[in-house]
This record gives sequence, C-alpha cells and structure tokens, in this order.
Amino acid sequence: MIEISNLHKSYRMGANSLHVLKGINFNVEEGELVSIMGSSGSGKSTLLNILGMLDEADEGSYHLDGVPIKNLSEKQAAKYRNKFLGFIFQSFNLIGYKSALDNVALPLYYQGMARSERIDRAMSYLEKVGLAQWASHLPNELSGGQKQRVAIARALASDPKVLLADEPTGALDTKTSYEVMDLIQEINDEGRTILVVTHEHDIAQMTKRIVNLKDGLIIEDTLVSQVRALSHV
Amino acid sequence: MFDLDRWDEIFETIRKNKLRTFLTGLSVASGIFILVILLGIGEGMRNGIAREFEQDASNLILVFPGVTSKEHKGLNPGRRIQLKNQDYNQILLKYGDKLDHSASVYQVYNSVINYGKESGSYRIDGTFPAYQVLENNQLTSGRFININDLDNSENNMVIGHRLKLDLFKDEEAVGKNVQLAGVNFKIVGVFSDPGGERDETRAIIPITTAQKAFGGKNNIANMYLTLKPEDNFDAAVAASTQFSAELEELLKERHTIAPDDNSAMHINNYLENAKRYFSLMDMIRLFFWGVGICTIVAGVVGVSNIMLIIVKERTREIGIRKALGAQPLSIIAMILHESIFVTAIAGFLGLIFSLALLEFVGPLIETQYIYNPTVNFTVAINTVIILVVAGAMAGFFPAWRAARIKPIIALRDE
Repeated sequence: MIEISNLHKSYRMGANSLHVLKGINFNVEEGELVSIMGSSGSGKSTLLNILGMLDEADEGSYHLDGVPIKNLSEKQAAKYRNKFLGFIFQSFNLIGYKSALDNVALPLYYQGMARSERIDRAMSYLEKVGLAQWASHLPNELSGGQKQRVAIARALASDPKVLLADEPTGALDTKTSYEVMDLIQEINDEGRTILVVTHEHDIAQMTKRIVNLKDGLIIEDTLVSQVRALSHV
Repeated sequence: MFDLDRWDEIFETIRKNKLRTFLTGLSVASGIFILVILLGIGEGMRNGIAREFEQDASNLILVFPGVTSKEHKGLNPGRRIQLKNQDYNQILLKYGDKLDHSASVYQVYNSVINYGKESGSYRIDGTFPAYQVLENNQLTSGRFININDLDNSENNMVIGHRLKLDLFKDEEAVGKNVQLAGVNFKIVGVFSDPGGERDETRAIIPITTAQKAFGGKNNIANMYLTLKPEDNFDAAVAASTQFSAELEELLKERHTIAPDDNSAMHINNYLENAKRYFSLMDMIRLFFWGVGICTIVAGVVGVSNIMLIIVKERTREIGIRKALGAQPLSIIAMILHESIFVTAIAGFLGLIFSLALLEFVGPLIETQYIYNPTVNFTVAINTVIILVVAGAMAGFFPAWRAARIKPIIALRDE
C-alpha cells in the first residue's frame, strides 16, 4: 500500500538547513495498523506529513497504492488527498461553525457528491462512531473524545485507502484515549490501513507494528502482539 | 455561480459570522450612502440656483450709459453719454423680432409728491407698460399704466406699496389725485416689488408724460430688454451674450464711443451673471464628486482590510479544507464569492436607502439653495459595481495567497 525508499527532507532555517529525514525506507501492506514512534524532533510528524501529501520530500520515492507521488500540482495533490487519505489530527481540526454532520460531509462535498447523498453517508459514519444523536451540534458543544470521533468519522467519510493519525490521543485523557484507540482498532479490523504517530508506549502497543524513529532514521521496526484497547476500558 | 452547494456554504458562513459580515457590509453601505447623498445635495444646489434664476428671469439685459474714458474720433474723454428715445426706437426697429419685452425709462429722483397734508420725496420712473413684467411688479390693487396712457400722455400714476402707506395710510389710493411737480396725477394702481421696500417707494408714470412734465425732451436714463426664451439654458446664454455684444457695438457707434471704452456704455447681462453662478456650482459639484470618490476609496480600503482579516482568520480552516481535498481554485472561489455577495448586497442596500432618503426627504427641504436633490441612477449603479469589483480585487490577493499556503503550514496556524 505504501512504499517509501531513501526519503530525505530538510528544512531551511535562515542560513543553515535542518536535515530532518535522512533516508527512510519503509513499506506498509494493506490492512496494517502501524505506529510511528520517536521523541520530538525525530522526524515522525514530517514523515506523516509527507505521507499525507501535506508536505513534499526533497529526495526519494513514495508510492501510494502503486501511484507515484512526485511533483504533484496543487490540484492533483488535493485530488489524491481526497481520494486516498483520511486525516486525524491531535487538535481535531474540525471547522468551528459547522455542525458535526456538516464536518463529516465536507470531504464528500469536495468529491462533488450530491447533497442528500453526502448527508446520508455522513450520518452513517456518525452512527458508526456512536455520535448520531450529536449530528446537529457544533464542535465546541462536544467533549474532546467526541470531537476526535467526529474527526475519525470525517476521515472515513471519503472511504480512503489509508488513515493517517497524528497523535490522535495527544489531547485526551487516558480513558478517552483508549476509547478512541478502540475505535481505531475496530476500523482496522475491517481491513483499513492505518498509520498512527504517537510518543506514548501504551498507545503504540495497541497497534500491530511499531516503527521507531531517531534523528531522521528508522532504528527499529518490530511487529508486536496487539493489546486490545477494550480490555483497558 | 449557480452551484447550489457553494451558495449553501456561503449562507452558512454568513450566518455563523454575523459580526464580520455586518462590518464588511457597513463599510460598503456607508460609502455608497455618503456618495449618493453628496451627489444628491450637489444636484439639489444646482437645481436650487437654477430655480432662483429662472424665477427672476432673468434673461434681463439692462443698458445704462456712463462717462467716456477714452478719446475717440477727436472727442475728449470725460464726456457724459445721454441715451435718447431714438436709440431705443432704433433697437426696437432692428431687433424687434428677437425681443420678448422691452422698456426704456426716464427717471427723476427726489420728486415731491403731495396728497392732502402728506408729502414725501420719491423716485419717479417714466416708462412703458412692459416695465411691470421686466421689474416683476405685482399689482395689489388697480391697474398698471397702459399703452393708452402713453399715447395720450395721461397724468396717471402707479405707486409702490410703501409709498401708498406713506401718503394714504389705510385709505384706498386708487382713484385719488396727488400733486407731482405742480401737476395733478390720478392713482390708477398700487404694486408690490420682490426687491422690497426700496423698490416700493417709487411712482411709475407713462414715459411720454414724464418727459413732458420734467422737461426731459427725448432723454432716457436706461433700457430694460429681454430676449425671447430659448429651449435650454446654454442656448439662452449664447443668444443673450451675442445680443449684448451687438447691442454694445450699435450703441457705441451711435454715440461715438471707442470700441474698447468700458465705462461709457454699460450692458448688464443678468444671464451671464447666472452663468457665472452655474460654473461656480459646477465647481462645487466637482468638489462633492471628489469627496464622494475619496469616501469610496476609504470604503474599498475598509473592505480590503476586512478581507485580509477574514483570510487570516480562516487560514486554519483553509488548511483543513485543503487536507480534506479542497482544490486551490475552490478556496479562492469560496472567499471571493462570499465577499462579492456581501459587498453587492450591502452596496445595493446603501444605494436603496440613500435613494429613498433623497426621494422622501428631498422634496421636504425648504431652503433657497437646495431644491429637488436627485442623483443619476446610472452613476449610482456604476459606483456600486466599482465598489464590488474593487472589493473583489482586494479580496482576491489574500485569497490567492491563502490558497497557495501549504496545508501543513495553514494547519499549524493557531
């Protein structure tokens, strides 16, 4: 599903440049649930942003579902993001003046889907995350866990190949974190490929594979026996 | 444009951001409002002055002689020029078909008029019946002098209202006799004059009678002439200016005055004075336009400012939308569509409000110098369009930049 080889990325900071990714080689098969770990500054968020086509690599190749992701125009990148990827952010990134339902329906709007159809679809995903009765509420009327579940429903709405989650539990308490991880595990059980960036070991243990980054290089890539989040709830 | 979903998005955004929308709208609406009101007042002032001049008529040309200041054909300067009946008759002969009304006047100042025990010293105008129209005199009782009085040199007299009060108090004046220069005159009418008291302390008698009674022979003091009306103001000014020039040439020739001698023959053209007023008005209107345009510029700057703030405020939202698959063009379209919609609606609201104000309050304005303030509708509509386009242009660049920001940077924006 994801094939990366020899990926480099550096940021220019005034006169000196900061080499963040120093040649990453990394493959993800369909249906995997991978966590990317590392201390801050290890390059894990940069890697996720490049995977998410939110940022571009300087060097190396990246194939997503067999499609080369290279020198994309803004328009193409937007199209691929919409078709291939679903994003889950630490800070939820819901649009404040839109209801939960409209937030979930937004990626479908950009797919050009008819209004009634996208409302139906969005509603079914809200049901899936257990928030159907909160559909008409604005994000600031929801708790952190509920917000993140709306964001997960939104990420799923466009039926993407890969879900990319950047510290999805970073802003949540332990109990809520496990609830969110339970939802992520459920979605993975249905066969969807998910990448989770985290620095919390208990969260990482709930995935099936841990990739450890340090100073822009993968230092460890191990399969783990998954801990079901449900057992902690 | 007719993408229903886009409209949906916009209405939702507007509903959820009422204050922002209101402020944008207010700056646009007030800009248009001020411009239209200013233009309306400018037009009203012009109308007001036009009405003043139309009422008094004033296509009046007044001719009165002076003293020569230049030597001409062997005659010394300092010669006093005296107009004669022949001058007046010559003008009637030559320009009779162009003239609407005309009168020559033989004037005597400080003549004593007696009625019983009352007496006073007044100005006597010996003139023609047309003088009533030329001086805009309204009869309060009786009649004005007529052509019969002139032909027979009747001793009939019309007196001003103030003069009547002096001599007759509350008594009826018409039909009574007064003594002027030892001759009996019969009062045939009393008039009022828009010029006020000074012009109402006059007595008017037939010019033929006056010239005989005061030994004036065929002398006249001045001439009042009006031309036949033209279709419009500019044509009237042109005709009047040309006529004045010809008249001056004719009279200077008859009285042997140097063509460049400006003190010997005065041709006072009221219409030309009016024209000067109107060009002053045009300057004032130009000034109003200037102020109005500055207001619009301020409005555009206001809109641009708000657009910048809107884009800044929505940077994160733009990042989210881009992460979800929004294309750059759709981001620009979203922001522009909203801004054009808001400025257009606000612009037309300002326009409608100001036009309504001019329409309903305009006729109630009762000052001498503002009358029927209106504004050219096309001009107003164009202004709204300019403002909307300017607002859109002002919004475009921040929107364009926002659409080009990498989503990762936009998402980091707190």
